[in-house]
Amino acid sequence: MAAPVTDRPLRTPQQPSSRRRRWPLARVDAKFTPYLFVSPFFLIFGAFGLFPLLYTAWVSLHDWQLVDGEQGFVGLDNYTALFGDPNFYNALGNTVSMFLLSTVPQLLAALGLAALLDRGLRGRTFWRAGLLLPNVVSVVAVALVFTQIFGRDFGIVNYLLELIGLDRVNWQADSWSSHLAVSAMVMWRWTGYNALLYLAAMQSVPRELYEAATVDGASRWRMFWSITVPSIRPTILFTIVVSTIGGMQLFVEPTLFDPKGASGVGGSDRQFQTLTMYLYEKGFRLFDAGYAAAIAWVLFLVVLVFALVNFTLARRIASKG
Amino acid sequence: MPTTRRPGFLVYGLLSAFLLASVFPLYFSFVVASKDNSAIGDKVPPLIPGGNLFANIARVFDTVDFWLAIQNSLIIASTVAVANVLLSSLAGFAFARLRFRGRDSLFLVVVGTAMVPTQLGVIPLYMLMSELDWYGQLQAVILPALVGALGVFMMRQACEETVPHELIEAARVDGCSVLRTFFTVALPAIRPQAAVLGMLTFMTAWNDYFWPLIVLDPNDSPTVQVAVSTLASGYYTDYSLMLTGATLGVLPVIALFLLLARHIVGGIMQGAVKG
Repeated sequence: MAAPVTDRPLRTPQQPSSRRRRWPLARVDAKFTPYLFVSPFFLIFGAFGLFPLLYTAWVSLHDWQLVDGEQGFVGLDNYTALFGDPNFYNALGNTVSMFLLSTVPQLLAALGLAALLDRGLRGRTFWRAGLLLPNVVSVVAVALVFTQIFGRDFGIVNYLLELIGLDRVNWQADSWSSHLAVSAMVMWRWTGYNALLYLAAMQSVPRELYEAATVDGASRWRMFWSITVPSIRPTILFTIVVSTIGGMQLFVEPTLFDPKGASGVGGSDRQFQTLTMYLYEKGFRLFDAGYAAAIAWVLFLVVLVFALVNFTLARRIASKG
Repeated sequence: MPTTRRPGFLVYGLLSAFLLASVFPLYFSFVVASKDNSAIGDKVPPLIPGGNLFANIARVFDTVDFWLAIQNSLIIASTVAVANVLLSSLAGFAFARLRFRGRDSLFLVVVGTAMVPTQLGVIPLYMLMSELDWYGQLQAVILPALVGALGVFMMRQACEETVPHELIEAARVDGCSVLRTFFTVALPAIRPQAAVLGMLTFMTAWNDYFWPLIVLDPNDSPTVQVAVSTLASGYYTDYSLMLTGATLGVLPVIALFLLLARHIVGGIMQGAVKG
């Protein structure tokens, strides 16, 4: 853009450039258009994200029926009822249990897989795509297929158990077995995805670090824990927080694991009902919007607390490593 | 871990085992979908496809209005994908390359919104939708999903990496409006990443279940996922019918994925938080 510089008189901004006519509103344009560009995001988030969340707090302070509407202000009654509700604690415990059962092995496996993939493989795209495949499958399909695989009478898992001389398990019947089955679905879907995130981070670790460690005679295992893991700490923290948020909201997998689907309560004895399922039951099947709103807010706080605790914990552990 | 030694048999073996585990449930779903229902009762679980696939597909279309479900899902997913690409690119471009007051703090808000779980607002959101008389209508699913933090984040990253400052400056000197600069300079440069975002949001919208289940009438205007899930919830579970539906619902996304796997994998790795 090197226009020949002849004599340059001092021009006031109103005077159009000699080279090209300047749009008179250019200044206004430059000042306000950026806000126009980012405004759709804030409008959409405000209307369908923030407003509902805040309004949930308002609803939770009322006796509010989904069909009949507001029935009067009740203060914190919904919350006191919730904290005395055994079903709530049951759902909370189930949620935490399934979150831990799925997330811990999942992230460890993802770390291992990423380490394998980080070693100059042939057919890189093929392996990476293979890892990601489960992630593009809908949760509904995953839940249905796994429910079949974990079936009591004709499921493959039970068939294999019997083959090696163990007893069949009625997967839906107990809490531990149902939690394991649901966690398997979550793990199947997300392990590869997290491995890809780790791989991306591992590839930006300076190779000289490994070379120096090799010269020092460090083992592969040692290098993994002393170089790779600390180097990709931000990504590990990121996946932990995201998995926490996702895990605390677990809904589709356990819902479809129940033979009654969305009209069930997570097993005959609520043995795998999660908090979101309980919210759905109260809000959309029993129409108690006020109570469901209270669950929603407590769930939100639980998510925040867990995300924060995990974040701090993981940071501490990683920095010791 | 990188060394000069090429990975050996063990590495490929482990990865193959994992790949097998990734593919098996999909394959199994297809096998059951191709059998008649009695095969499920066999002593040994079926592993070889049978010849009943088309009969089962026909049964799926008889049991639920699958055409309508496909049409609904297509409308929802493509609108959401196009909107996300456009709106996220606009915002991402502004955050990466334009100067305005409060830019950094506004971007922090965007990142922060990713922490707000949308599911928690479902009750008022549902009330809002019925207030607007949108219950059972597709816009109730489309509007909340038009743009998201992840997309803005990805497109900002894309602009930072690929849109040269000099070109924007040049366009500005030439008297180009900001909007035109976006369309002529930024958008062409970030086209690959925008395409990836489009595909990812398409898949997410296609696979969504919770919100469509709540706000659409399952008997009247379901999406593919809701329709498939109703196949599973009868008094008597018809496994081959159910997994035929599941297979059908997964096929379009798998096809899209296999076609574009390289770009999608690259897109996800690029969107990652790097260490």
